[in-house]
Amino acid sequence: MTPLSMPETAGHQAPVHHPGDELLVAYASGNLAEAASLAVATHLALCPRCRHEVNRLEALGGALLDQMPAAPVGDDLLARIMGQLDAPAPVTPRPLPANTDARTDARRAKPAERPLLPQPLRGYVGGDLSALSWRRVMRGVEEAEVKCGPADGESGAKVRLLRIKGGMAMPQHTHGGSELTLVLAGGFTDATDHYLRGDFAETDNSVDHQPVADAGEDCICLTVTDAPLRLTGTLGRLLNPFIKF
Amino acid sequence: MVEIGLYSPASFGRVFRKAQSALQRSNGVERGHADRTATERTMDRHIVDSAETERLNALLVRVGRERDREAFIALFHHFAPRLKSYLQRLGVDAGGADEIVQDVMVSVWRRADSYDPALSAAGTWVFTIARNRRIDVLRRERRPEIDPDDPALVPDPVDPADRAVELEQDTERLHRAIRTLPPEQAELLRMAYFEDKPHSVIAAERNLPLGTVKSRLRLALARLRKAMGEE
Ligand SMILES: [Zn+2]
Repeated sequence: MTPLSMPETAGHQAPVHHPGDELLVAYASGNLAEAASLAVATHLALCPRCRHEVNRLEALGGALLDQMPAAPVGDDLLARIMGQLDAPAPVTPRPLPANTDARTDARRAKPAERPLLPQPLRGYVGGDLSALSWRRVMRGVEEAEVKCGPADGESGAKVRLLRIKGGMAMPQHTHGGSELTLVLAGGFTDATDHYLRGDFAETDNSVDHQPVADAGEDCICLTVTDAPLRLTGTLGRLLNPFIKF
Repeated sequence: MVEIGLYSPASFGRVFRKAQSALQRSNGVERGHADRTATERTMDRHIVDSAETERLNALLVRVGRERDREAFIALFHHFAPRLKSYLQRLGVDAGGADEIVQDVMVSVWRRADSYDPALSAAGTWVFTIARNRRIDVLRRERRPEIDPDDPALVPDPVDPADRAVELEQDTERLHRAIRTLPPEQAELLRMAYFEDKPHSVIAAERNLPLGTVKSRLRLALARLRKAMGEE
């Protein structure tokens, strides 16, 4: 595959396709599972509009909290809390993954060498693109799995990066569940919509779609699926028995 | 439409088995306060005007700058009972809720120096701490968040100072707007925030078409945005 280079403007074009209200509310309220939250938060890094929107939805959460009826707390609760104020703060038990080296390098980097993967995704990957090991799925399509979620992982969601060769059509497929897609490089067209870096797509099981990567640059996407993709169409029927996608 | 799997797994149900079904839970919270007079409830809902917002923000700043224990105790009296309601509505039993409230209030004390009243109201700041704490404790998940210093972050073209100017009035307007929402929209908003389940489940439990749940939420958000002077 052709080596990837970021266009000059890549960091500054505003996304056109955003997560819907339901996803943003679920993220702001803390009701979105970790895998889907990773896709939303990585979109936020690329989208000032949605960052502002999430700030407002958090303010809404704060207002709803303020309007909660007051429930009586335990008699000794205040005393227990006051007794803890002078205790040394424990080390954060479960810090977010962060690749310090990648971060330091990134800070020193010239704008043109800005990392392609924004935080929090870069932390989950353990570095920028070079930290990934790609696995060939089919001609022109590679994937790299991203570990995400509790160690005993019961969410069933699958997080991965896909690298699709410029001009390639993905096999036509439907989803048993839903799929979130965030474009990180290149672009693709799905039905009538065009998606570029920062753009976010939500598709559900009613959509039978066939995204086509833009000609030229490879298209790199983060995808979160909560059920395996089911390939449809002739190519899909041919491929289904052979690839576990 | 986004389906169940992308939402948090119902694993906290396993952690807090004592929790009844969500419907019983929310009814239970209401019943628990049935003895309170309507006036008391109304006063609760009216209490946070811009003077109250300013008071809470100033208390939190005092805790951050001066490690002021009196200010902290005043914050405790405002927030602890509300945090407890919030957690109980999420299905945590009374004892478990007290423990999480304790964690959250201790975090408020420890992190108060990072609070900036120009960026958020105290209530918003406390809400985000409580939210993150319950994701950690109840779901055993991490919360992916942006890094404001990330060189890959696309900067906001709008100066954050411009966004902050009218924060206090915004907070009051937001409170007033929530209070004037049609009851079915306000209830749905609370469910979206305080019940850890996807809308398809909320719809099924309430015997409502999913489309109705989604459109009520959209309507509620549109009214709030309008009240906040946008769109
Ligand atoms: Zn956006």
